[in-house]
Amino acid sequence: MRELALHILDLLQNAVEAGASRVILRVDEDRVGEVLNIRVMDNGRGMDARTVVQALDPFYTTRTTRHVGLGLPLLAAAAERAGGALDIHSRPGEGTTVEVSFRISHPDRQPMGDLTGTLLAFLLSARAPGLDYSHRVGSLTFEFHTDELHAALEGLPLSHPAVQRWLVDYLTEGESLLAAG
Amino acid sequence: MPKLKSLEDLKRVREEAQRSIKTRTDTGTTITVGMGTCGIAAGARDTMRAILDELAKRQIDAHVTTVGCIGQCVKEPLVDIEQAGQPRVTYANVNPSMVPRLIEEHLIKGQPVQEWAVGRLSSS
Repeated sequence: MRELALHILDLLQNAVEAGASRVILRVDEDRVGEVLNIRVMDNGRGMDARTVVQALDPFYTTRTTRHVGLGLPLLAAAAERAGGALDIHSRPGEGTTVEVSFRISHPDRQPMGDLTGTLLAFLLSARAPGLDYSHRVGSLTFEFHTDELHAALEGLPLSHPAVQRWLVDYLTEGESLLAAG
Repeated sequence: MPKLKSLEDLKRVREEAQRSIKTRTDTGTTITVGMGTCGIAAGARDTMRAILDELAKRQIDAHVTTVGCIGQCVKEPLVDIEQAGQPRVTYANVNPSMVPRLIEEHLIKGQPVQEWAVGRLSSS
């Protein structure tokens, strides 16, 4: 995958597939410490220790429709190439946390890419769990919680055309303020 | 940090949507984009973005949703268009440059683009 935002979307979709009802996504860019940290926490079905090891094997997948599962191995390779690492903490029945780090200025670090598109693709998922999102760049933070969006919408779905247009503007604005700061 | 577009705005969006008869009921059109690892790697997110842009540009009301892998990875990005009373049509390998024609012919003229379709499912 060409950008980190695509890897993030893949992690979010894993949480959906794991049956999570809640996902926390934190993207933390520490410009001083030179570390970019991405963490996705879900309360899905989780994995035992053996499955965690298998999850990093490209020829393992829980899917029955195909025989390879490339998402996590590709991300682990991308992190290691860029002076970082990938960690998975998981317990059956409790959920999974995937944490991945990169050296910000490493020449092999992939660009962040279209995080707004990633958030939209997740939020428009028919089975999207609740999301608590925060993206910190230095001293600036953009965050939102889908619970608050749903409370304001009183039952109108996020996929509603008028809401979609609002979401595109809202996310674009939030992310661009970080880029400007 | 300046206060962003607020939730108050979103409440206004909801109130307007509820006032309008057209949008209070279902718009009748749903576009579904495959967003599993295979779809993502094949560019499905950008295809979805292109669909949202084109709908906004042409002021067409349609629900857009994403789904996981359905096992036809080689045909990703897969895009399904479902309209009330019409068969559901699945399009394969849809890249962003194909989106304007898809919207123009399928949604506006009501003629599915046969050469890109891989399947049809009767709505009955």
